[in-house]
Amino acid sequence: MTAALDALKIGVVVFAAAVVQVSVVAPAQVLGGTADLLLVTLVAVALLRGAAVGATAGFFGGLVADLATWETLGLTSLLLTIAGYWIGRYGETTGRDRAHAPLLSVVVVTILHALGSILLHTVLGTPVSVGYALGTTLLPTIVLNVLLTVPVYALCRRLLPPLERPDRAREVNLLG
Amino acid sequence: MGGLVALSLVLITLYFREPQEGPLHAARSAGALAVKPFQVGAERVVRPFRDLYGYAAGLLQAKSEADRLRAEVERLRQEATQYRTAFEENKTLRTYVDFKAPRAFPNDYRPVFAAVLAYPPSAFEQQVVIAAGSDSGIELNDPVVSPDGLVGRITNVTPGTAQVTLLTDRSSSVAAIDLDHNASGLILGRGPDNGLVLDNVEKRYVVEPGDEIVTEGTQRGKWPSLYPRGIRIGTVSFVNQTSSEIFKRIQVEPAVDFGALRAVVVLVPRDRE
Repeated sequence: MTAALDALKIGVVVFAAAVVQVSVVAPAQVLGGTADLLLVTLVAVALLRGAAVGATAGFFGGLVADLATWETLGLTSLLLTIAGYWIGRYGETTGRDRAHAPLLSVVVVTILHALGSILLHTVLGTPVSVGYALGTTLLPTIVLNVLLTVPVYALCRRLLPPLERPDRAREVNLLG
Repeated sequence: MGGLVALSLVLITLYFREPQEGPLHAARSAGALAVKPFQVGAERVVRPFRDLYGYAAGLLQAKSEADRLRAEVERLRQEATQYRTAFEENKTLRTYVDFKAPRAFPNDYRPVFAAVLAYPPSAFEQQVVIAAGSDSGIELNDPVVSPDGLVGRITNVTPGTAQVTLLTDRSSSVAAIDLDHNASGLILGRGPDNGLVLDNVEKRYVVEPGDEIVTEGTQRGKWPSLYPRGIRIGTVSFVNQTSSEIFKRIQVEPAVDFGALRAVVVLVPRDRE
């Protein structure tokens, strides 16, 4: 029951983030960049719930974004699935219990997401401006995403309190 | 994770390979329709705050704006006098040099009023049949309008009837311009549920929800200019852009209610007669 409620809460949070992103946040350009609420929310969810949930939430959120923006179906899903898994793994291992993990994750994943997006659009034959994407918009987007991270992570942490993880790798005790 | 990545890749591949009428495109349209109320809801929730911000910002700027506008009115008055003189001169000079100007709407067109006889048999077709044809001077590609705006163009004609392909048809493309910000692009039909998309608008241009879109009346690339300048197409309902794409994604709410068309007006060029 708790797991189902948890899944429902994650679903609602990711869906709401995707809808707000495409309807409200995306058209608002600040200093040449656009914040990515969905990506920041995904980072928070993945850090709090791990790789499997991160990948699933990324796929679901990406699908909603693809549907709402008439993007090629599966494109955002693919990028966010990988991002959710990678951040989840980081949260389960190196980034565990580290206060800077959300901020660091958002910076890295924003850069990788931009590169991945350029790569996929190029492969699919969509006109892509690498100079504009990396030179003009990336830095302000990183700053905006970092600014969003603090409230979004706090809200997600409140909604999805960290779970006890008996399966986590424990500290190594040397025998003998 | 591997399964979800594979599923995403399968979706992308199938989506690219299948025709516009394929099941994935249909599913996407249905999904987009399902998400749309939430998008509208989110936009409505945010709108009062956006309006409040706009109102507050407007109040702060009102005084300096009033001074600026007074000066602008004075300047425009002088310009208007000059333009009126230039306009008369232009008219006279055009007659002297036999200047070839493009057809202007509505003066250079004879309207042919026609009732709609048949509506699309399913959501996949975006054509209607009207009760006027070549007997009335109608030819292929003639523009079709209604009192609300652009409806489409003639794609088949018989002596007494003609087929009109609506603007929402996926084969439709019209050179268009944003009257409020002067950004030009290409209006593409996206089917009955998805309205219209204004494509090919570079991100450096400002386009905002509520902007009015009209026909541009110019040729864009391989798309010929079938429509005269200045016919209303619709208003911008949604603007989006990603960091990696050159063009903005702009959705346009058509001015015409294509589901309630009862009669249309075909524009027949006067110089054809």
